[in-house]
Amino acid sequence: MSASDALDPRAPTAIAPEGEVVAQPQSSSLRRDTAKNVLRQRSAIIGLTILISLILVAIFAPVIAPYPPDVSMLDLGEVGRRGAPPCIHLLGCPAIQPQHIMGLDSNLRDEFSRVLYGSRISLQIGFLTVGLAIIIGSIIGAAAGFFGGRSDNVLMRIMDVVLSFPSLVLAIAIVTVLGPGLINAQLAIAIVAIPIYARVMRASVLSVRETDYVTASRALGESQRGILMRRVMPNALTPAIVQGTLGIGGAILEVAALSFIGLGAQPPQAEWGSMIALDRNLFFSAPHLIFFPGLAITLVVLGFNLLGDGLRDALDPRLNR
Amino acid sequence: MAQFIVRRLISSIPVLFGIVLLVFVLVRVIPGDPCTATYGEKATPALCAQFAVRYGLDQPLWQQFIVYVGALAQGDLGNSIRLGRPVSDILVERLPVTVELTILALLFASVFGVILGVVSATRRNSPSDVGTMVFANLGVSTPVFVLGLVLAFVFAVVLKGTPFALPPSGRLSAGVTITPLAVAWGLQNLEGPPRAVLDFVSHMYIVNSLVTAQWDKLADASRHLILPAIAVGTIPLAIIARMTRSSLLEVLGLDYVRTARAKGLKERSVVVRHGMRNALLPVVTVIGLSLGAFLSGAILTETIFNLTGMGSTLFEAISSRDYGVVQGVTIVIAIIYLIVNLVVDVSYAFLDPRIRLS
Repeated sequence: MSASDALDPRAPTAIAPEGEVVAQPQSSSLRRDTAKNVLRQRSAIIGLTILISLILVAIFAPVIAPYPPDVSMLDLGEVGRRGAPPCIHLLGCPAIQPQHIMGLDSNLRDEFSRVLYGSRISLQIGFLTVGLAIIIGSIIGAAAGFFGGRSDNVLMRIMDVVLSFPSLVLAIAIVTVLGPGLINAQLAIAIVAIPIYARVMRASVLSVRETDYVTASRALGESQRGILMRRVMPNALTPAIVQGTLGIGGAILEVAALSFIGLGAQPPQAEWGSMIALDRNLFFSAPHLIFFPGLAITLVVLGFNLLGDGLRDALDPRLNR
Repeated sequence: MAQFIVRRLISSIPVLFGIVLLVFVLVRVIPGDPCTATYGEKATPALCAQFAVRYGLDQPLWQQFIVYVGALAQGDLGNSIRLGRPVSDILVERLPVTVELTILALLFASVFGVILGVVSATRRNSPSDVGTMVFANLGVSTPVFVLGLVLAFVFAVVLKGTPFALPPSGRLSAGVTITPLAVAWGLQNLEGPPRAVLDFVSHMYIVNSLVTAQWDKLADASRHLILPAIAVGTIPLAIIARMTRSSLLEVLGLDYVRTARAKGLKERSVVVRHGMRNALLPVVTVIGLSLGAFLSGAILTETIFNLTGMGSTLFEAISSRDYGVVQGVTIVIAIIYLIVNLVVDVSYAFLDPRIRLS
């Protein structure tokens, strides 16, 4: 059962702090169909495997990691070199030397432990950033689509303005205003992503609004608010969530980019983007300090992208039936 | 068609106003004030009062906004408080770097993206298809800055001494200089906008060395841009390849393609003449939509390869609270983005008559 829980198309909203946009239970057969369709795709299975492994790594980081992420080897009485290359005993590294699978960083910290702990931050970035963007974007999009008229016009023009900046440039401007930091970087990326979900949600609400069951609710005298919250939103949410799964990878990349230019996570936090930024100068002598965190970012983004593709295809009736 | 363009132009006016307003407000709420950023320890209250009067910072915000919009309408982007030069001068110098990089990356991504997509679609499920799609999936998942650093490492360190070595930083090798076109063509006396355009073109080193036929400098400037262009172009390339593949696969399943095959046309001309024409439409949109990715990528890549373009200018300006420059750079980037989106829309309507009629 746990597998189908993870595949539940509504799963991303489960992390949303507010419960109001969580969809009503849909017929379980649609859910089962979706799960079956997702599992039929090789790429989705690969993506899911990557993500589950990463989530396990994130949960058990303190158990797996040989060292705490922010402790210098000097404090542990070990003599090491800044940016020392990986030393793996199995691969012939002399047993006298302490083992560091991914070497040491510029502050003599164990790179492997830092990369492991980084998965916690990265997953949290992905879910929180996109979760926030979906919630706000869906509310704006639903309001615009449902009420139409002037509010539609004003809201969507504002969204157009936000969309008319290359997202990273606007995000940089917003973080500059809010001040550098991981939370602010996530806020900035979420704000920049809102219009995407607003547009998707608006289009989806526009089509649901015209269905017979909405007309029926209206005839039964249900309030506007009730129709919007109970009838329209739950049925219109799926495209936004698929878009969200596809957007998580992008959000992680963008927050990592902000950290890389010094506007996101601040040292000594073990965030992959800022780890790369910190050891950039050692790059030509210690390329592993760029390579391993870089590989980690690629993996987590790849996982979300593959799963998002699978989810989209699974929910697309044109492709499956 | 003309009606469509006019309608599209009019609808972008409020967006343009929104951009200017948003940037203006954002820049004013940046913490820290430009006076202390400029003078540092020497910033006395008296000096700062004088400073505020000189740059109009003592007036109410709405008045500053009106003054700013008025100047903007005349093409005046204000002055850099820190460098004491007009922002437009700085843009003429540095924007070409970003433009050149973006165009190269765009060419790289579109050409190889479409080729890979077509190969993938026509040999569905073959090893080359699977390989391309694996590459495409990895491509969209790799951060630009990691790719840039890895490329720099491979081509400047690992391949050092081989013919494949490429320079990892700067725009020209040490000792190589490029003469501005104004000097080369004896047009130093040119003033105003024509001079600005000439200087702008002149700062695109590839174009400059091309029109003055300096082949060794052309080679040098191009070699310096290969790695950054690959770094910037890879994510869009992967997206374009995926889009081309799925769009071509869809088109190749249609009846008219079957008819073309039944007529006995060669597979090659079925794909190129019949399939591609319709399959390219969504690809054009995707290329247009990736423009943000190109610009963001260029900004990140510039810092890695030490290119003084818009990205580095923006960071410098933000850290020194240089209001005028932040404002100017952001607005110009947004306007370029707006115009290109407009062009994409129009070209889309041009390619598909159904759109302009709706």
